[in-house]
Amino acid sequence: MRRSLNYFLLIMFSILFLAPFFWMVTTALKSIDELYLFPPKWIPSKLHFDNFIDAWKSQPFHIYLKNSLTVTIMTMLGQLISSSLVAYGFARFQFKGKDFLFILLLATMMIPWEVTMIPLYMEFNWLGWINSLKTLIVPSWFGAPFFIFLMRQFIMTIPLELEEAARIDGANRLQIFTRLIIPLMAPVLILVGVFQFLNSWNDYLGPLIFLNDQSNYTLTLGLALFRGVYGVDMRGVMAVTALICLPPLAIFFAAQRHIVGGIASTGIKG
Amino acid sequence: MNSTVNTHYPLAKGRRKIKWGRVTPYLFIFPWLFGLFAFTLGPLLFSLVVSFFDWPIVGQSHFIGFGNYIEMFTADPLFWTSLEVTVRFAALFVPLNLIIALGLAMLLHHNRRGKAFFRTVFYLPSVISGVALAMIWAWVYSGEYGILNYFLSLLGIQGPDWLNSSTWAPVSIVIASLWGQGTMMLIFLAGLKNIPQELFEAASIDGAGSVHKFLRITLPMLSPTLLFNLIMTIISAFQQLTLSLVLTGGGPLHKTYFYAMYTYENAFKYSRMGYSAANAWFMFIIVLVLTLLVFKSSSAWVYYEGEVKKNKGA
Repeated sequence: MRRSLNYFLLIMFSILFLAPFFWMVTTALKSIDELYLFPPKWIPSKLHFDNFIDAWKSQPFHIYLKNSLTVTIMTMLGQLISSSLVAYGFARFQFKGKDFLFILLLATMMIPWEVTMIPLYMEFNWLGWINSLKTLIVPSWFGAPFFIFLMRQFIMTIPLELEEAARIDGANRLQIFTRLIIPLMAPVLILVGVFQFLNSWNDYLGPLIFLNDQSNYTLTLGLALFRGVYGVDMRGVMAVTALICLPPLAIFFAAQRHIVGGIASTGIKG
Repeated sequence: MNSTVNTHYPLAKGRRKIKWGRVTPYLFIFPWLFGLFAFTLGPLLFSLVVSFFDWPIVGQSHFIGFGNYIEMFTADPLFWTSLEVTVRFAALFVPLNLIIALGLAMLLHHNRRGKAFFRTVFYLPSVISGVALAMIWAWVYSGEYGILNYFLSLLGIQGPDWLNSSTWAPVSIVIASLWGQGTMMLIFLAGLKNIPQELFEAASIDGAGSVHKFLRITLPMLSPTLLFNLIMTIISAFQQLTLSLVLTGGGPLHKTYFYAMYTYENAFKYSRMGYSAANAWFMFIIVLVLTLLVFKSSSAWVYYEGEVKKNKGA
């Protein structure tokens, strides 16, 4: 009895959570006549896949896609390289001021984006970077506290004996790091890569503040703008929305175990 | 550590090695150290300085002391409006978010079959962009054609025009935000997993009912997780921006004009960088104080397993 109540609730909640996605996809596949029906028609009588092509072509979405991909890939690379270097530094060295710096690193996670948004804008403006993808990419090459923390915790679990053996064989610190530690870090690198992918791909405020020329727009900005232009016909809006959701969903399903385990063990989303 | 290795090298080389040994750690953490000054601490301090200036994006800036802060409190009705909108949102969103995330986590925890499937379903909305989420909900909320009003009509209720109603637009933002609660649910789920099963078994033997078990075992054992999630939810509630920006643009009648939006518009719509920096610092202090209050209060309600109560025993 209790078990079936549990199932009943889970299924009801699942419907609530999935219905908006389902509504998005069926809307994207409708003909214009079926779009504005009430009560709504759940399954279109004919599936209009050409809606996707029409919507995509109605705006320079291929340029937005290129920008989104550039930012996403470059920030992933940046985070993986810089955060792992810093994490190794904190995990394996004793140095003056280490404890203080590490606490500082954790503390900076608490700073709300509003406070640094304005001076960052002024700084990028002074550097002449406003309206360039650099504003979104460059900071990621200097590590993110949360990723550094995550990687440091992981490196601490790698046995020190491995490194000592390599050192006796004459390897220097950088060689130990690149040839020994990095390959061992694969699980946490995947986790950070996925988090950074989702962050960059889904980011809206960054591009909104730092980019103003349409040729530099990312997909999320393009979508927000698109709604205003195309607002009357929800098919197009839903088609593009569905396309933009696709990569994060695909990444999520591919790396589900790492993501779920990662969030559960650390407690924070990147 | 290095000194033992250096004995293998000739003296001269060894001396160089020692020097490198001192610098190497800083070389590894250099990227973050540089970024700290260039993109975090530097801007943080600079924004404090800017908040005491009248500072337009283009043109001459000049020092005005506490002028921005004084204007905020005494001469700007939008400051109070946006603060009220944000506090109302937090008052509704924070408890609801915690209850729903915990409820879903408990449903999942007590389930054997299909756990991975249901967990995925509840987490899915957290994976997509805030803009995409807003787009989907804009269509769900449509007064004439939306599915939400369709479901309500099945129950014989005439739904409102959600996003254009000054009563329902703020609620709409709460509901859409709750849809993306997945991360919190996962954290609760991990917390539940860590509660030793023996506690429940012992309680069962003593004849405890499920309500009793929930109040006396689950909640206390989960309190550290609850504390973490509470703080994270408060912070995210006060920073809420994307949904209102895309869904309602702050309307109708400023009913969804969140504080973050107010800060954003002062900077980038009205080009008042100094004033906006003052707005941001005020918000920073509010969030900091709230976080500290929650932390302070936590000693009364958070239970840590390893903790020894001093007043007991002796």
